[in-house]
Amino acid sequence: MREILDVIFDINNVTATIRMATPIALAAMGGAFSERSGVINIGLEGMILTGAFCGVLGSYISGSPWLGVLFAVVGGGLMGATLAVFAIKLKADHVVSGVGLNILALGLTSWLMQVLWKNRGTSVSVNGLPMFSIPVVRDVPVLGTILGTHSPLVYMMLILIFLGWVVMFKTPLGLRIRMAGEHPEAADTVGINVHAVQYFSVILSGCLAGLGGAYLSLAQLNWFSMNMSAGRGYMALAANIFGQWNPIGGLGASFLFAFTDALQMRIQTSPIKLPTDIIQMLPYILTILVLAGAVIRSRPPAALGRHYESGRAA
Amino acid sequence: MWAVRMEKITKRFGPVVANDAVDFEVAPAEIHCLLGENGAGKTTLMRILFGLYRKDAGEIYVDGKPVSFSGPRDAIAHGIGMVHQHFMLAGRLTVTENIVAGAEPRRGVLLDYAKAREMVREVSERYGLKVDPDAHVESISVGQQQRVEILKALLRGAKVLILDEPTAVLAPQEVGDLFDIMRRLKEGGTTIIFITHKLKETAAISDRVTVLRDGRRVATMNTADASPADLAELMVGRQIVPPARKGHSPDGKVVLELQNVSVRGGLGAGARTGGAGGKARLNNVSLQVRSGEILGIAGVEGNGQLELEEVIVGLRKPTSGRVLLNGRDITRLGPRGIRDMGVACIPSDRLRRGIVDSFSVAQNLILGEQTSAPFAASGILQPRKIVEHAAKIVNMFDVRTASLDQPVGSLSGGNQQKLVVGRELSRGPNLIVAAQPTRGLDIGATDYIHRQLLAMREQGKAILLISAELDEVRALSDRIAVMYEGQIVALRPAEEFTERDLGLLMAGQGVGVAS
Amino acid sequence: MGTREGDLSRGPAARVVRRAAGWLARPGVSDIAYSAVAVLLALVIGAILIAASGYSVIDAYANLFDGAFGSIYNLANTLMMATPLLFTGLSVAVAFQCGLFNVGAEGQLYVGGLASAVVVLVLGPAVPGVVRVLLALVAGALAGAVLAAGPGYMKARLGAHEVITTIMLNYVGILLTTFLVKTYLKEPGPVDQTPLLPVGARLPELIPGTRVSWGIVLGVAAVVAVDYILRRTSVGYEIQAVGRNAAAAEYAGVNVPGRIVLAMVMSGAIAGLAGSSVVMGTLYRFITNFSPGYGFTGIAVAVLARNKPWGVLPAALLFGMLQSGGMSMQLFARIPADLMTLVQGIVILFVAAPALASMFLARSRFGARTGGRG
Repeated sequence: MREILDVIFDINNVTATIRMATPIALAAMGGAFSERSGVINIGLEGMILTGAFCGVLGSYISGSPWLGVLFAVVGGGLMGATLAVFAIKLKADHVVSGVGLNILALGLTSWLMQVLWKNRGTSVSVNGLPMFSIPVVRDVPVLGTILGTHSPLVYMMLILIFLGWVVMFKTPLGLRIRMAGEHPEAADTVGINVHAVQYFSVILSGCLAGLGGAYLSLAQLNWFSMNMSAGRGYMALAANIFGQWNPIGGLGASFLFAFTDALQMRIQTSPIKLPTDIIQMLPYILTILVLAGAVIRSRPPAALGRHYESGRAA
Repeated sequence: MWAVRMEKITKRFGPVVANDAVDFEVAPAEIHCLLGENGAGKTTLMRILFGLYRKDAGEIYVDGKPVSFSGPRDAIAHGIGMVHQHFMLAGRLTVTENIVAGAEPRRGVLLDYAKAREMVREVSERYGLKVDPDAHVESISVGQQQRVEILKALLRGAKVLILDEPTAVLAPQEVGDLFDIMRRLKEGGTTIIFITHKLKETAAISDRVTVLRDGRRVATMNTADASPADLAELMVGRQIVPPARKGHSPDGKVVLELQNVSVRGGLGAGARTGGAGGKARLNNVSLQVRSGEILGIAGVEGNGQLELEEVIVGLRKPTSGRVLLNGRDITRLGPRGIRDMGVACIPSDRLRRGIVDSFSVAQNLILGEQTSAPFAASGILQPRKIVEHAAKIVNMFDVRTASLDQPVGSLSGGNQQKLVVGRELSRGPNLIVAAQPTRGLDIGATDYIHRQLLAMREQGKAILLISAELDEVRALSDRIAVMYEGQIVALRPAEEFTERDLGLLMAGQGVGVAS
Repeated sequence: MGTREGDLSRGPAARVVRRAAGWLARPGVSDIAYSAVAVLLALVIGAILIAASGYSVIDAYANLFDGAFGSIYNLANTLMMATPLLFTGLSVAVAFQCGLFNVGAEGQLYVGGLASAVVVLVLGPAVPGVVRVLLALVAGALAGAVLAAGPGYMKARLGAHEVITTIMLNYVGILLTTFLVKTYLKEPGPVDQTPLLPVGARLPELIPGTRVSWGIVLGVAAVVAVDYILRRTSVGYEIQAVGRNAAAAEYAGVNVPGRIVLAMVMSGAIAGLAGSSVVMGTLYRFITNFSPGYGFTGIAVAVLARNKPWGVLPAALLFGMLQSGGMSMQLFARIPADLMTLVQGIVILFVAAPALASMFLARSRFGARTGGRG
């Protein structure tokens, strides 16, 4: 019993939680932007995966992990643009096209990995991102352990989440995004270009998820492996719902998922003998429970999932 | 010079010609009524003027200059504003957010809320349109929401304001307030185009009137020169004789009885906009409907009618009170059981609840009967019986459809409604709940459905008619109950109400006594 | 809806053209025409990718087609590959008919497959083979149904989106079966797998000497059964009514949550049988991580079939072909078979886009389609 408590309340879990929340929180914020504009984004999973792949590709080509991050953002954005074209322009069912996109991303990254590196399973190792320490903070006792040293992407995530919240709730653009997702006709009749707003939001969500992918392949590891997103896109969507379509709420929910993930990894290396297969189920089961508990009290944007065409208003 | 001139405007939707070479002119600072039946093409014409629809042919001139709008943004830039029949407001955003969206004041990259709020306050004071700028739109009354819509247009510098059926959602007394606002706007130099199908309102407010029928203009004249009878004939094109209601026999047996029914609480199955949680949606409602009578429920929409409908058909469980059908308690029976006891329901929201639009005509005609004989035998559907039934109903209720396999979504609104009415009335019910049975229908279909309901009354059925159309309630009902804020504020034989009484009661200025 | 006039002149030849055009414009037929185009387009994009990656397109597609039906053996291989897809495609399609997107067929087929293996192994030789096979199939269906019932219930009662819950249960199903095999059922050796099922308790070969089992017959039977249920029974009517307009179904007295759970249970049971068919008819044992993504390919099958039971048949065959052809492409031309996953994704995207379809159909003068999935 004592051992179990030690494992659960280990301060390193908190550090690991912040770390592991990074890709989920970024993608969850992407989901928030996309869905606030009215487009369901099941494709986050594929966008993370593409980002992870493009990150390694960029670093492999240029030798610079930072160029890799840029590649990841662009790659995720391209996936976002693909979803946007199908869901907005071509009026495909948002959920079906999102799942299609995920399957496409899985096939594409697995294919390209084998074409480029002749290996099914994992890519070659590339230059990953170095760790970053905040000079004063790292020496503060508890805070230093938790926040002092991380990948730069972790700090970037925290800043971006705050900026995302500002954009969504404090700027004209954010108001237009929320209006498009709540009542596209209303937005249209005051001269807001609904489709443009939706394209922007969905592409942005791809960029954010792509950045989350870069964290997986350039910060957590320094290579790409097949299907390395491992369901994080779906967790991000659940986190987004749990966080009430708010970037900061999504961050909070991501901590929850990341904590079980951290715990799960911690248990595997601890003296507690539990079968790994069972322990690995934890985050997935938690996602289901969170979703089942959260949805009933949540209110999605009113026009979520609807196709809107200017001039066809009812 | 005209403020707006539209010349030979034509608009087609597929095979339907909604506007057929319509000419339309409005003078500066006049109130101009655009009068016509449902489906006459009024809204289409104004949506073209507002840039929401592209015209197929014709020219538009604003202040004498030809214009071409590719969207509302262009129309707004030319000083045109429109208040739509279904409000274009996002319920979860605040009044200020709704008003400034698309034309936000900025401070750097941020939205300047303080300034936005000030702008809203300033305009609302100038025109006497009182609203709370920080309230969420879904928490304010419909009348206030309408003001938000008008403010939205004014803040964007509208010189020409189009109001699409603005009185449909208002209580009679609120209509007076709206007319005052319109007059003030006119004095301030705003041109107003007022879309309506009500003759009385046309006479009360407009300077001139243009009548549309079947997508064509049939007349434009000074309102002072037109008698209501002339306008009615121009609008309809033929004489409609209101159906006769034979005398009332007040001693039929009680079929439906509600005893002190209350519904409280948050968002229910049918709630579309959220109000304050915990507020009573139905408050201690008691009523009886007897066989052979029509009990009409009058009231401005949103005063508990939807909840009443849902409680009776079993979609919503009341928090207290009982519902009895032929003396049996059906409060917790659920829709299936209630239907099986011979209750027919014409839902207020036809598209959402009355039909499955991708199902065929024949499939829709057994909706609700899919498990019962003769359409199903031990769980197996009986196609021949289903088709025979469909053919019979389509024929009897004059549903215009190319075939029984046609998806119902491809029928016109009137035919969809006839299908629903036919399906429900042919079930041999002993209680009929008809909620907004003629909403959005043209005069022919409306008349037809009225006659069907009266025929059912003759056969001794009990009918509960819930309608926001006061004229409809008055024409059909033996007794009328007025609902206001979830309560029945008066319930008396129809003859005992004057129109003025009803208006006051609907607005909550109760002179009657709750029964 | 209206017929097109004006661009075709009179005369018998014109009448034939008109009739052909009218036939092609019928919703069902134009769907098929467009689906075929979507698959072709996906293969063209695949070809571009193959060429861009420095492989020979001809080499690749020659091997693909040879692998798919170059010989009786390869054809049989295609049918073998199509068998689980018949089930998973049908599984996804049934759920879709109720407006539900079951992305969890993958996990459901794992638990179904393991349940079948366990029943056969536990019952032992005292029980006649036929009985063991039947009970194993029932167990497979039940296991799949149980795993799907949860998301169904959470959707119906709590509104939790079934895409997320079923995906999460995929991971749970795969990890759980792996755990059970490793802990209780492992045959000694390096691979985490159960012992072989005895010969008498397998799904027999349909064509002796090939790897096509009676599973494919079961699959076709399932298609017939589902088609009948949907078209001819009250329950089927209600499931579709819920899928198309739940509010109207509720108003009409349909038990909406009940039908949602039932549709998910049916869907899960069918997906469970996909696992049973592979374990009992192809592998003859449960091997951990045995599925190359049959559950996900099932989504592509269902989307391509437009969720019509009979459409699942050709769509499953097509993807069976691509899968077995893809393997031989990988084997002989050294071109990664993951290309086929990519093709699946593209097919789903293309078929799901009604505007794309009507653009294509309008251009080819077949008439416009009206709308897509509701």
